[in-house]
Amino acid sequence: MIGLPQTSSAPRWNRRQVTLAAIAVGAVFLLGIVLSSTIIGRTGLDPLLTARNQPPSLAHPFGTDWLGRDMLTRSLYGMSLSVRVGLLAATVSALIGTSLGLAAGTLGGWVDAVITWMIDIFFSLPHLVLLIMIAFAVGGGTQGVIIAVALTHWTSLARIIRAEVLQVNSADYVRLSHKLGRSHLWIARHHMVPHVIPQLLVGLILLFPHAILHEAALSFIGIGLSPHLPAIGIILAESMRHLSTGYWWLGVMPGLLLLLTVQAFDLLGENLRALLNPKTSQG
Amino acid sequence: MQTNGLVGQGLWFRYSPRHPWTVRDISLSVGQGEVVGLMAPSGYGKTTLAKLLAGYLSPHRGSVLVEGNPLPRRGYCPVQLIFQNPELTVNPRWRIERILREGQAPTQLDRLGVHPGWLRRYPHELSGGELQRVAIARVLNPATRYLIADEITAMLDANTQAQIWQTVLAYVQQHQLGLLVIGHDAALLKRLCVGGASPKENRILDLTQPTTALVPQF
Amino acid sequence: MLSIRQLGVSFTQYDQGLNQRQLTVITDLDLEVQAGEVVAVVGASGSGKSLLAHAVLGILPDNAQVTGSLRFKGQPLTPARCAQLRGQDIALIPQSVGYLDPLMKVGPQVRRVAQLGGLSKAAAQTAVGRTFNRYDLLPSTQGRYPFQISGGMARRVLVATAVVSQADLVIADEPTPGLHPEIATETLTHLRELADEGRGVMVITHDIEAALQIADRVAVFYAGTTVEIAAAADFPERLRHPYTQALWRSLPQNDFIPVPGHQPSPDQLPTGCLFSDRCPWFTPDCAAERPALRSVRGGLVRCIHAD
Repeated sequence: MIGLPQTSSAPRWNRRQVTLAAIAVGAVFLLGIVLSSTIIGRTGLDPLLTARNQPPSLAHPFGTDWLGRDMLTRSLYGMSLSVRVGLLAATVSALIGTSLGLAAGTLGGWVDAVITWMIDIFFSLPHLVLLIMIAFAVGGGTQGVIIAVALTHWTSLARIIRAEVLQVNSADYVRLSHKLGRSHLWIARHHMVPHVIPQLLVGLILLFPHAILHEAALSFIGIGLSPHLPAIGIILAESMRHLSTGYWWLGVMPGLLLLLTVQAFDLLGENLRALLNPKTSQG
Repeated sequence: MQTNGLVGQGLWFRYSPRHPWTVRDISLSVGQGEVVGLMAPSGYGKTTLAKLLAGYLSPHRGSVLVEGNPLPRRGYCPVQLIFQNPELTVNPRWRIERILREGQAPTQLDRLGVHPGWLRRYPHELSGGELQRVAIARVLNPATRYLIADEITAMLDANTQAQIWQTVLAYVQQHQLGLLVIGHDAALLKRLCVGGASPKENRILDLTQPTTALVPQF
Repeated sequence: MLSIRQLGVSFTQYDQGLNQRQLTVITDLDLEVQAGEVVAVVGASGSGKSLLAHAVLGILPDNAQVTGSLRFKGQPLTPARCAQLRGQDIALIPQSVGYLDPLMKVGPQVRRVAQLGGLSKAAAQTAVGRTFNRYDLLPSTQGRYPFQISGGMARRVLVATAVVSQADLVIADEPTPGLHPEIATETLTHLRELADEGRGVMVITHDIEAALQIADRVAVFYAGTTVEIAAAADFPERLRHPYTQALWRSLPQNDFIPVPGHQPSPDQLPTGCLFSDRCPWFTPDCAAERPALRSVRGGLVRCIHAD
């Protein structure tokens, strides 16, 4: 009769510690990926014909390819490149999204109507088709990938920022602030910006995995990064030719790395969001 | 025409052309040092009327004048509205001390029972009654000439309600503010508006009655 | 029917950084609701009235810890049993139509409640028709959406929901604020009728006046504990606890004189009587330990000086 099951024994780590640990793990992993190409050096990228097509082993955890190149080194180089390209594209995209979202939310009227219409247009088109079209139109290559990803990924963030701005603007405490004699600029600086920045941060981080995946997808179908670069999409495309011959590690291992990286960004973003949102930060 | 006091003249308002009128041809006035009650259950446009008088909304027809002038468009507004739910009128990310200082310097912290220990806390760490005191303290300063209290104690228990009103009434009388009390509790309005020690005649207006009852009796 | 003994509810919250702290919002709360009676729960804002309802319905947030005993019809209320009983044996009448599904017509919504209560579709439809008729709701009301009905009709729909659910225990959360006096009286009458049919009714309110119109007994909460359980007839002369007396005096229709001070905040509860810092009867004994709930003149009171 005493002690309802809602009472659970105290966990060794509380939720907030777990959240912070998740953020730390995600951040260290991603930093490691970005820096890995400079740390491990280029030796693994040279062909070594005596060690061709070796399955994963201690010396080559990811195995080697048909030219005897170490797949771990190649995958890390590719991932590092993809993350950097993704970061750049996602940042540009976040900047576009934030400015359009802020403009729509604060200016309202026809500006809002036009921006909302643009968002709807982008949402109604299939994502990948649009990506391919833009990348193709601007001539492909690294630049094409960055432009295509940047131009297609701002919509959801713009929508979130717009909604946040509208919500804060119509909040009673903002309207009261006007009556207490505060100017529009003061209110934007003290009420609006602190409210929007956490959304922006989380939105930016959650954009990365999309950007990276789509960069890899574009490279995979051959209109992304140049085939000479060891990008993760290129590596995966190459591996397709060898999968049927039993060299599974050429595709599976780089694929796993891509999956892990994307998951790490997701982990980082979701936990940051949980921490920054006052509603969930007590959970 | 009366030029003293807070005067709403022939106010009409609706939220969009597709909606019916929320406020239809309502006139009322609150003089300095006067306590006026406005009674109606929910759904009679009380809150809308309060927002019109405090300048949160603009009437489609009619005008709101303070001492004969329209409400100022910028700067501290001499007519201040106190809301029913204090949680919505404070920035949830601000500490209480910052909330209190957003307008003028608050002068009545002690009398309102705003505990110094609250100042370092965040709004969600205070109860509704405590937060309402903070919201009231924020507008009790010399720049406020008229107070509109929209059901400010409807969510509170009788003891907290009495505590808050005793302080607000004392302040209003001492500084000769005009006070419009909006509520549905007849006993409370009677106590505030008729039993009060204010020298001027106090009135209770009933929004459910024909609008003639609202025309100010000069 | 419902028996609550020494209920405690506390929340784990984050302080600064990684430190957690325990906020005890309900301590030693006792309450009993019998079949056929209306028990009003009144008290200070933030004294745990709504949390009590949430505990009975099993809808407390995840970071809440519950201690003590909650029993319904003799059996302990576990979270699993709460989930099974709510809506069927235990019904909540919420504060406003905001709790109805805005995209569903009123009739089907109420009928769904009846079906969840175990009636067949046809039987449920009959029950809804009968109940709507009983509360003077036109049959056409069933085809309206929640936003299309007035405040008074909404109240009747919400009461009708509790009736068709066949629940034995009905909890009404703040049923009267903001209502036209006539509608408020009507709603209260309906609650009284539910009790007269043999159900247990718990009314949570801060409107003592309204509570006294229909309640058999009144439980007074302060800082998360039951300070007094009095018969409605005890008001105002035979009240036992100084807080109940103060609450009565502070009503606008009475003296409108409050006791100074504040309800202690959950993280700074005094060791002794929770009301001791504001109490006119205070003696050093009061600060020594929490007084137990004891029987005085046929009611229960948590005060060592009451007689």
